[in-house]
Amino acid sequence: MNNIKKEALLKKRYNAEKRFKLYGILSIFLAIAFLFILIFNIFSKGSGAFLKTEILLNINFDQKKLGLNNNSSEKEIREASFDEILKDALLALAPSAPELKQAELVDIVSIDAELEIKKFFLNNRDILNKSYEVSLTLSDDLDQVYKGNFPRDIPEDRRRFSDFQLKIYDELVSKNKIVSKLNWSFLTNADSREPELAGVASSLVGSFFTLFVCLLLSFPLGILAAIYLEEFAPKNKITEIIEVNVNNLAAVPSIVFGLLGLGVFLNYFYLPRSTPLVGGMVLALMTLPRIIIPCRAALKAVPPSIREGALALGASKVQTVMHNVVPLAMPGTLSGTIIGLSQALGETAPLLLIGMVAFINVVPSTPLDPSAVLPVQVYLWSESAERGFVEKTSATIIILIFFLIIMNSFAIYLRNKFEKKWS
Amino acid sequence: MFSCAAIAVFTTLGIVLSLLFESIKFFTSVSIFDFITGINWAPGRAFVRDASVQTADVENVFGAVPLFWGTFFIAMIAMSVAVPIGLFSGIYMAEYSSRKFRKIIKPLIEILAGIPTVVYGFFAALTVGPFFRIIGENLGLDVSSESALAAGVVMGIMIIPYVSSLTDDVINAVPKSLREGSLAIGATKSETIKKVVLPAALPGIVGSILLAISRAIGETMIVVMAAGLAANLTINPLEASTTITTQIVTILIGDQSFNNPKTQAAFALGITLFFFTLIINIIALNIVKKFREKYE
Repeated sequence: MNNIKKEALLKKRYNAEKRFKLYGILSIFLAIAFLFILIFNIFSKGSGAFLKTEILLNINFDQKKLGLNNNSSEKEIREASFDEILKDALLALAPSAPELKQAELVDIVSIDAELEIKKFFLNNRDILNKSYEVSLTLSDDLDQVYKGNFPRDIPEDRRRFSDFQLKIYDELVSKNKIVSKLNWSFLTNADSREPELAGVASSLVGSFFTLFVCLLLSFPLGILAAIYLEEFAPKNKITEIIEVNVNNLAAVPSIVFGLLGLGVFLNYFYLPRSTPLVGGMVLALMTLPRIIIPCRAALKAVPPSIREGALALGASKVQTVMHNVVPLAMPGTLSGTIIGLSQALGETAPLLLIGMVAFINVVPSTPLDPSAVLPVQVYLWSESAERGFVEKTSATIIILIFFLIIMNSFAIYLRNKFEKKWS
Repeated sequence: MFSCAAIAVFTTLGIVLSLLFESIKFFTSVSIFDFITGINWAPGRAFVRDASVQTADVENVFGAVPLFWGTFFIAMIAMSVAVPIGLFSGIYMAEYSSRKFRKIIKPLIEILAGIPTVVYGFFAALTVGPFFRIIGENLGLDVSSESALAAGVVMGIMIIPYVSSLTDDVINAVPKSLREGSLAIGATKSETIKKVVLPAALPGIVGSILLAISRAIGETMIVVMAAGLAANLTINPLEASTTITTQIVTILIGDQSFNNPKTQAAFALGITLFFFTLIINIIALNIVKKFREKYE
């Protein structure tokens, strides 16, 4: 009897053991599954934005309608209106269409189509008075239909294109006049209200400027602060206060740094709003403790024998630190800095508060121009109602994650390649 | 070099002073008592200055309790996702898994913490929120498209690695002799973990959970994008809920003048947030430090 009880108990204990282990495996599986769902979700939504849909349209470059001749200067061409020949070409798609439907025909292409024709003409001046097939950007709604992101069977009044447009579009598809191309303009265009024209160039450049300012400020300050704290600081109350401060600063919510930037940099020093300069300064303050902490760890890892050796040869304290200790701690410091910067690259909240959410449709050329950054662009586009922006948002995230992966792998590479194991 | 190190202190001072400065202005027009205990949050109405609105109304729109509650509530939802998953993952990595498996899995889970929060926000708003709503509709529940649940769950996913990696670290710091003693008297591995290792590692684990909570409280983008703006005082996770950080962003986004109580309210919220997280962080860092000193 007793034995049976014992065996039952043992079985129970072993089952508990199995269950416990299972919980562990399940948790890890869940965590990894979340990661893959997230990444898969973003990629499946965003990959479409790297392609754009164009329409091949036969355009007659009529001399009279353009008001140009063979000797027209570039300036005259730029000022000429290509709207009429574009409209003619579009109306030719359905010559019998009633007047009411004509506006719908014009909406098939993006609003920049006229500029695209102009650009094409500037590169091919000899086509005056000839007909030529030009590739033009399709409007974002039909672009979404082509990519299969938009169900066609919803009622006409609940979608942004008419049955008539859809009919013309289907005819074009069957004639192979709708083509898909690599969307370079996504990388070279600035932001736009039209999804098919919107690009990340302005936020890409903005992110670059912001990170540059951030690096310029936080790296020297961080390294010097770490060297001071680790090598020179006397053990007293002030040093202790600084140390506690640095550790706590690393855990302060990032939005508080945004409030600081708004209250001090903008409201007190009157620095220009929405600029990478202020953004970089705010991020630098945020990144500072995140550089100091790994940098101190790297300095601490350099064995005392190195210092003693240099000091024994007659080097001063400063020489010892600068010539012997710091170079050895450099890999750890650099990888810490890169990881700190990669966190700054993904940071959104503090930048919202200093006004980096403005709609910027030009590419900034200096850190003093208003600009957006990649994560803020994600936020801005995700708030837009147009369906076309969903894939743009996801594609921006893909670009952002791409940069993060590059930065982090570089940090890991530095650490593995140059870090020495002392012992 | 000393001045470089002092910049860290100046930053903290700058934060405290700039927040304090605006907050004091705020508390001269709105009583601090109303701010902490009021249950009506509608700062937009502070601008209405016509005769139909009494001044008393203006003073009563800055009750921050719904925000405190929303922040706490969403953080709790996040922790109820992150703590079990993070804890068990950490335990498994530290106690059961092979070295090789751990070497692959740990960085993989840590990627979750490296993804920008705006990405999680997008994910929560566009995928998880609608997903919960569809499930809710099938179950006959009324789920708002911006719900505390969606924001909380996604935030929980984000902070899994904060719990799991620190748990893994602290469990590894528990001396081997403790385990061996327990195993030698016939305890199974899970019994050893539950009765010996975890109690020994408890302070460290509590510290890591506290750090994760402070992270959840200060998190901004996920709640801005997925939790909604309505200041509801509700315990229903399916309704929209708002947080301190969301309100700071909504108030301060775009252009604003500095001399009205609405803008200053954001700074008052900021200083509340700062002190909340500071206290939690100090407690957590001290617990972790004491734990380290005990075993190292």
